[in-house]
Amino acid sequence: MKMGKMTDRTALSVRDMVVTFDEYVALDKVSVDVATGESFGIVGESGSGKSTLLRAVAGLNRFDEGTLSVDGRTYRSGSRDKEFYRTVQMVFQDPYGSLHPRQTVDRLLLEPLAIHGFDDIDGRIARALDEVGLGAGFRFRYSHQLSGGQRQRIAIARALILEPKILLLDEPTSALDASIQAEILNLLEQARKDRNLTFVMVSHDLGVISHMCERVAVMKNGRIVETVPVEALEKRAFSEDYTRQLLVASEGFRRG
Amino acid sequence: MSAPLLTVDDLRVTFPTRTGEVQAVRGVSFTLGRERLGIVGESGSGKSQTGRAIMGLTPGHAKITASKLEFDGIDLLKATPKQRRDLRGKRIGMILQDPKYSLNPVMTIGKQIIETLLAHEKLSRSEARERALKMLEAVQIRDPERVFGLYPNEVSGGMGQRVMIAMMLICGPEMLIADEPTSALDVTVQLDVLSILDKLVAERGMGLVFISHDLRLVSSFCDRVIVMYAGRIVEELPSADLAQAKHPYTQGLLNCLPTIGTDRHPLPVLERKAEWSA
Ligand SMILES: Nc1ncnc2c1ncn2[C@@H]1O[C@H](COP(=O)(O)OP(=O)(O)OP(=O)(O)O)[C@@H](O)[C@H]1O
Ligand SMILES: Nc1ncnc2c1ncn2[C@@H]1O[C@H](COP(=O)(O)OP(=O)(O)OP(=O)(O)O)[C@@H](O)[C@H]1O
Ligand SMILES: [Mg+2]
Ligand SMILES: [Mg+2]
Repeated sequence: MKMGKMTDRTALSVRDMVVTFDEYVALDKVSVDVATGESFGIVGESGSGKSTLLRAVAGLNRFDEGTLSVDGRTYRSGSRDKEFYRTVQMVFQDPYGSLHPRQTVDRLLLEPLAIHGFDDIDGRIARALDEVGLGAGFRFRYSHQLSGGQRQRIAIARALILEPKILLLDEPTSALDASIQAEILNLLEQARKDRNLTFVMVSHDLGVISHMCERVAVMKNGRIVETVPVEALEKRAFSEDYTRQLLVASEGFRRG
Repeated sequence: MSAPLLTVDDLRVTFPTRTGEVQAVRGVSFTLGRERLGIVGESGSGKSQTGRAIMGLTPGHAKITASKLEFDGIDLLKATPKQRRDLRGKRIGMILQDPKYSLNPVMTIGKQIIETLLAHEKLSRSEARERALKMLEAVQIRDPERVFGLYPNEVSGGMGQRVMIAMMLICGPEMLIADEPTSALDVTVQLDVLSILDKLVAERGMGLVFISHDLRLVSSFCDRVIVMYAGRIVEELPSADLAQAKHPYTQGLLNCLPTIGTDRHPLPVLERKAEWSA
């Protein structure tokens, strides 16, 4: 990527990030620059480090080497302050692990609003539920009483309710049926347009990536093996064999 | 045709909640032979609860009724808890939608696979270890030795799913209910896992219920597909004919998929009609 973009228009800049777990190298000198307002996609092999990258940015994993700057501020490995979570929110890959099962939907949405001192809490919760296609009837359900897709939508509502500038989305719609996926993608896209949001989005659905993103990075073995504009997917203008395998596989199952 | 492996007739699952009853499943009927049956449908339409009811994994406070719920001649609703546990361990398997959540968080992956294996077969520890590693390899886990020693929270989303699949393979069930078994897998690994399931159906005559949101996968992989909406089956058709679906919900589903090279912003969405859930 051109260094010209590395000005105040950069929402997120990761340089040579290394994450290890004991001896295992999960991220091996990964660099990513995402411009403000851009939607950046990440695809790649299972276990290649996609979630680890997002988690390291969000302060949920340590990183051993490299630098990170978000919205003009530099962050070190480790925990993040309140201000960071006003700017950056994350939707986790695993909607079961990320929501406390014994909390009501109301509590789950109220908590972040209260921590950050928002007003009109009641109205915000009602609107947020409505936006993700879950009516008021869900407000006092416990999260263990929800289906997989309903839980994922609560997680998305919870991330959007703080009106962050940057959203880190880890497989946000893979638990959703196509119709609800379309609604959520439209909602995310609208929010991005309205508020000039920046997205970093992990998905294994190349259709979703090409619909939502401007550029896509392909990861393998803890490294980014290539970064291309999404138009390259359609034109098959990429160099990595692995990218080609992904494209072929996304056409469906062949018995043979 | 021989008797079906599974018969479900007018299955209903109801949850009492603080704000009234939730009817999660409202009269679902189907049969399963030694085939691949796909279930697709709206989020919250009762797919997982249908699978759980067949397995006997419905939460205790829920009410289940059916005019028939039968596996290989066994009346599941009359079976004792012990009989159901035995069936679950040996003859019927389920890959739950929340794989990591269903693994034991304080036991390493390898230990869990070995325990499952030893519950099924008489093997020495070292033989069991060898077999467990082979299983992880079969589901395309790179570096099985390392993953063997990890705890569930230390594996990626797709690795967790494959660990669950590996455990299922060990049990070698006659019927498998797979609830979104490949949703966290990248597409290339997805196909490898489907090939494994495909073989079990073709070679061992296993019956497979494949619950998935991925219409492309279901239509290319399954024999038949059931479409659910609001707790009911609204349509059943051969998977290859999915594109010619009659129900407006199914048609709508196919229309709102984003694809490479089409530029539709915003994506079309479904207009849900009250009569669909009547
Ligand atoms: N806490 C941890 N301890 C040990 N290893 C870990 C830990 N967290 C992640 N890893 C390892 O790091 C690698 C990358 O995991 P990550 O979750 O980033 O993969 P991913 O690309 O998101 O995969 P998927 O598509 O399956 O979600 C995996 O091999 C995983 O086992
Ligand atoms: N313990 C519970 N108490 C009350 N309602 C519940 C409970 N568990 C599930 N439900 C409700 O039952 C309905 C069916 O849930 P189920 O998990 O079967 O949906 P699903 O079709 O698998 O959806 P998804 O595709 O989102 O996983 C949902 O509306 C859900 O909210
Ligand atoms: Mg991941
Ligand atoms: Mg489900």
